[in-house]
Amino acid sequence: MLRVIGLVAAHVFKESVRDKVLYNLVLFATLMIGASYLVGQLTAGQDIKIIKDLGLAASAVFGLFIAVFIGVGLVWKEVDRRSVYNVLVKPLRRHHFIAGKFIGLALTLFVNLAVMAAAVYAVLVVMVWWQPTLATAAAVEAPVVDPRLLVAFVLIYVQLLVVTAVALFFSTFSSPMLSAALTCGLYIVGHFNADLAHFENVVTSKAAAALARGLYYVLPNLAPFDVKAAVVHGQAIPAGYVLLTCGYGLCYAAAVVGLAMLVFSRRDFK
Amino acid sequence: MSARATPSRAEGRPPRRQALVALTVSALFVAGALGLQASRDVYFPLAQPDATMLYVRSGPAASRLALSFGAVIADLYWIRAIQHYGDTRLSTSPTKQYSALYPLLDLATSLDPRFTVAYRFGAIFLAEPFPDGAGRIDLAITLLNKGLAADPTKWQYAQDAGFIHYWWLQDYKAAAHWFDNASRIDGAPWWLRSMAATTLVQGGDRRSSRVLWTQLGETTDDEWVQTNVRLKIAQLDALDEIDRLVVTVTQYQQIAGRFPPSWEAVRALGLIGAVPADPAGAAYRLDPTQPGGVTIAHESTLYPLPSQFVRKAGPPS
Repeated sequence: MLRVIGLVAAHVFKESVRDKVLYNLVLFATLMIGASYLVGQLTAGQDIKIIKDLGLAASAVFGLFIAVFIGVGLVWKEVDRRSVYNVLVKPLRRHHFIAGKFIGLALTLFVNLAVMAAAVYAVLVVMVWWQPTLATAAAVEAPVVDPRLLVAFVLIYVQLLVVTAVALFFSTFSSPMLSAALTCGLYIVGHFNADLAHFENVVTSKAAAALARGLYYVLPNLAPFDVKAAVVHGQAIPAGYVLLTCGYGLCYAAAVVGLAMLVFSRRDFK
Repeated sequence: MSARATPSRAEGRPPRRQALVALTVSALFVAGALGLQASRDVYFPLAQPDATMLYVRSGPAASRLALSFGAVIADLYWIRAIQHYGDTRLSTSPTKQYSALYPLLDLATSLDPRFTVAYRFGAIFLAEPFPDGAGRIDLAITLLNKGLAADPTKWQYAQDAGFIHYWWLQDYKAAAHWFDNASRIDGAPWWLRSMAATTLVQGGDRRSSRVLWTQLGETTDDEWVQTNVRLKIAQLDALDEIDRLVVTVTQYQQIAGRFPPSWEAVRALGLIGAVPADPAGAAYRLDPTQPGGVTIAHESTLYPLPSQFVRKAGPPS
């Protein structure tokens, strides 16, 4: 079973490389190098903070684009090209196929984020080497090459796994355009989720408040994955918080992938 | 049968010459487009974008719209705030105003509530009297209070609020209150407590002012702040020097029986070695109409001296 899933995952990864998804890393590197030069000209002693903010935000955005735009085509493309028939006649269960697709894209995202994290650290190292006063500037709140940035990258990655799972789920029964719209919609809603938890403060109806609270638990809660500003300001992120948030993200992603397996296994391809 | 995406080896690649022609034609069209755009810009100049325009003015609304990208958008607003401040400060327009400064700082600090530099520099930009700054001490204090609400451990914000009351408002009671508040926050330096006591007892004196400016300079590496600190300390030095020169002028009057017509006359009596110059290099001015009889030259880069420390009464006896 694991071998079959691994084969599908490897195929997804190879396909993303063939589709030149990794080219975005060149764009990312160009953005970081260009920004590191421009920021020094535009701002007052905040170079390191801005480079860290930009590096983390760009990693999250690039990762989001990959998760959404590759994720929504993962299954639909196979159905559209009718290659799904060739796959399903092989000794491969449908849920293994979905699991392999998810893991393949997760691997692509991991490689992307790992390279982007390395690029951010490299730019920071070069900036300090070029201008050593940046590291000792009074305005610096955290070490320039701060290992805590990795915490932000880890949480971005888990957040992207949730988005990938949602995109894959929609991909099992919907067109890429609609899937992308729905996934982006859920991504946005996921950042306003906390409002639903306190809905009883703005409505008097107990039923509406209960419905809102139910939605709070059902919809993905993506805001807790954002610790970018905190790590840039050198604030400690408790290990318990990171573990709970990662655990929530992995469970949520697993649940949505499970739903995607269910939908895909019930689809009639005749 | 569907068409192939790329030509096969059998079909062959497009000849090199053909590719060269295609590239040349493309380059010509690009050059044409650039030329036409440049011509249009000459005959129909582009409207200057309104630097003070903000699509969103509400901090809470901006932070909601930013999703999880608040910090990086805060950086953009911070850069805009600096550009707006710098452009307006350098502008020679008689109608110039810092109308977008506070909204930009408010947005930056709403999007990133721990943006220390935006609070601290922002308060300096806002408090500086017009035309060098917005002259909005009320907004500077509002910004610092917002910073303290976001992070009550930042004693620097309370120190800055005390500094604004001390230097720009000469409200020494309020300044002492802020310094005392700052000194009670964990991690605050020891001198804030003595600064609170000194300010309350002695009001604004030059020695404590010099300490305040020096401390402010030590909390940042920003060149603009450092230049400002050097200027203010040089002004305080000039005030000390003027006090000493007032004594010399008084001595001259006692000997010669009249106000000295020039520094050369004072030197001729051996009371000074050379024509005295301020820290910026400009000679001090002898002026019998001014209290004390000695003042700074209008041409000096240190002019005008901080009003609260300038001798306000007492002609040279």
